[in-house]
Amino acid sequence: MTTLEVKNLAASINGKQILKDVSFTINGGEIHALMGPNGAGKSTLGYVMIGHPDYVVEHGSIKIDGIELIGKLPEERARAGLFLAYQTPVAVQGVKLSAFLRMAYNQLHPDTKMKIQDFYDELRKNLNKVGLDETFMSRSVNEGFSGGERKRVEILQMMMLKPKFVVLDEIDSGLDIDALKMVAEEIKKYYSDQVGFLIITHYQRILKNIEPGYVHILVDGKVVMNGGNDLSLRIEEEGYDWIRGA
Amino acid sequence: MVVEYTREEELDRLVHELKTVKTSDWEFHDKDNSVYSTGKGLNKNVVEEISEIKKEPDWMRRLRLRALEIFESKPVPTWGPDLSGIDWENTSYYNRPDERKTNNWDEVPDQIKDTFTKLGIPEMEQKYLAGSVAQYDSEGVYHNLKKVWEDKGVVFMDLDSAVQKYPDLVKDYYCRAVPFSDNKFAALNGAVWSGGSFLYVPKGVQIDMPLQTYFRMNGESTGQFEHTIVVADEGSKVHYIEGCTAPRYEKNSLHSAIVEIYVKKNAKARYTSVQNWSKSVYNMPTKRSWVDENANMEWVGGSLGSKVTMLYPSSYLRGPRATASNLNISLAGPGTVKDTGAKAIHLAPFTQSKIVAKSISIEDGKAIYRGLLRINKGAVDSKSKVQCDALLINDESASLTFPHDEIYDPTATFSHEASVGRIGTEELTYLRSRGLTEDEASSMIVLGFLDDVMREIPMEFAVEMNRLIKLEMNKLGAVG
Ligand SMILES: Nc1ncnc2c1ncn2[C@@H]1O[C@H](COP(=O)(O)OP(=O)(O)OP(=O)(O)O)[C@@H](O)[C@H]1O
Ligand SMILES: [Mg+2]
Repeated sequence: MTTLEVKNLAASINGKQILKDVSFTINGGEIHALMGPNGAGKSTLGYVMIGHPDYVVEHGSIKIDGIELIGKLPEERARAGLFLAYQTPVAVQGVKLSAFLRMAYNQLHPDTKMKIQDFYDELRKNLNKVGLDETFMSRSVNEGFSGGERKRVEILQMMMLKPKFVVLDEIDSGLDIDALKMVAEEIKKYYSDQVGFLIITHYQRILKNIEPGYVHILVDGKVVMNGGNDLSLRIEEEGYDWIRGA
Repeated sequence: MVVEYTREEELDRLVHELKTVKTSDWEFHDKDNSVYSTGKGLNKNVVEEISEIKKEPDWMRRLRLRALEIFESKPVPTWGPDLSGIDWENTSYYNRPDERKTNNWDEVPDQIKDTFTKLGIPEMEQKYLAGSVAQYDSEGVYHNLKKVWEDKGVVFMDLDSAVQKYPDLVKDYYCRAVPFSDNKFAALNGAVWSGGSFLYVPKGVQIDMPLQTYFRMNGESTGQFEHTIVVADEGSKVHYIEGCTAPRYEKNSLHSAIVEIYVKKNAKARYTSVQNWSKSVYNMPTKRSWVDENANMEWVGGSLGSKVTMLYPSSYLRGPRATASNLNISLAGPGTVKDTGAKAIHLAPFTQSKIVAKSISIEDGKAIYRGLLRINKGAVDSKSKVQCDALLINDESASLTFPHDEIYDPTATFSHEASVGRIGTEELTYLRSRGLTEDEASSMIVLGFLDDVMREIPMEFAVEMNRLIKLEMNKLGAVG
């Protein structure tokens, strides 16, 4: 069974400590939700996990199947099976989405010899599933994409690149109602006992469809509470004050 | 011919290549092969000696001496990049590898042949060239022209041989477009020039395959001062390609070439060059074309290597309806300066010029566009378009453009466009988080930036540029 284990993680940016103590373990076949107030450090956790060079890890570990990721390059972490759907996906001028995904796929799955034609066929099919037309293939990555289109393309990337551990940072923000349903559907379709999810969100609406088995609450850089999906319901109703007070 | 790939397949293939290719493929150097050198420094005796060795006619010897006087009278230009690293005293201005020149690869001295073979030159000649010249340090060591073209009266050989064999033809063109007085480096070339190519295409002859010269600088602290003349006579068509590399040394080398291109009435000439000198070379060539009535000149250039490059290929549009286009790609890696651009001088009515300059600077690398557009009074209804795009990778500095316009005819129309794109940690990290290495991510960004110009240039050249850029990016290792 495949496992992602984050233990006692603390990290800072520009000398400011953002993550203070974060621990959780996600096994293949599990869906976890991470919730917490604005500025708690949720996105920071995502960046630290993928090895964004601006962040400094002070202590702790991030392991996939027992292999330490800290100290590894972002591309090595991707090859270990980690994928982060950005809260705000980055536009990259001049890099065509299709060529980029093809190159990424070849890096991540060097042993699967997928013909270029087959790859593009699958890309077309998946674009269709996320409600985007073929012209996106030859557009520059995220450049000029609307907020919702960017989110759809993050899901598209997950579908194409086939990671083992998927961190979705507010994938539900900026999506219209239909897109939200579609995204929840695709997450469920991609879900298997080989894949683990960490869904970062503020709202129930996406969790209602997906029903995470585990919910973690991050406040001020610390995981302060763990529970089941009922925890997310209570937060939707009452906010975080009762946790802070506790 | 080269196998046709779709762009996607090509990219795919290149990606694969990137993984297998090693860095600094051509920065190897042979032991010093020169059998004769004039030693360090420059004076009248050195110039006399070069002329003597070459057994030149007196007119050429006198031209050299006049050029030396002009060189000595001109200060080192200070309006551009810092040139204080040029060690004038310790440069050897002439280094001859071997006595012989040949048109048979088998007769080229082994070590030199090995060098060119490693660089893929003989293979390229067989595959898709109408002819080629190979120069090693100061002298051409090999030249060959396919028989069909020889029979049609095409002349293609190193300029030294042409001075001996076709002195009158050479005299008609030598330093007409680029006078010694143009700049200090052109004057230097006039004094110590050696090698370079002479290509003459007779009236009406249209050569469908390119001709190529490959320049290799091997010695340390040497100068290479080739002089190339291309004449496309009336109604002819020719594509001439140059490639250059040199090993990397601690001490700086100087490359100061002259290229003169004469495009006669109704003729078409294309000049393509890929420069990949190592990071110890000051690259200061002067390139100029004269474009006559209804003729067309195309400059296509890739400036990837060198420590400092100053290069502004110029087109003098001398006859009505003459046209010129200039497409230049400059890559300024860390610690290097590319001061490049183009000049278009409209001297006749209905002339047109188009300049597209793309530059990439990485970290503290500086890419500067410097251009001149002049439309003379009487050059009625002339048009010009200048486009400069800059890409800055992990580079906080501003991109600099110095366009200079002198428009003296009220009927002229011209436009300037400029764009600046920045790529930093965020973009690179995003791509890397999907599995691309840093090199792949940055070369993808660079190639994407160049995509529109790559579509306009010959496939072979685009492929070669792609390959070299990937190699360059690879060599930079960690960008950022
Ligand atoms: N470069 C930086 N320098 C200083 N502080 C920073 C920097 N980047 C982020 N922070 C701070 O880190 C904290 C955590 O930010 P983060 O984006 O991880 O929050 P979040 O939990 O994702 O919030 P939200 O729910 O609003 O998305 C914030 O207070 C933010 O201002
Ligand atoms: Mg966030």
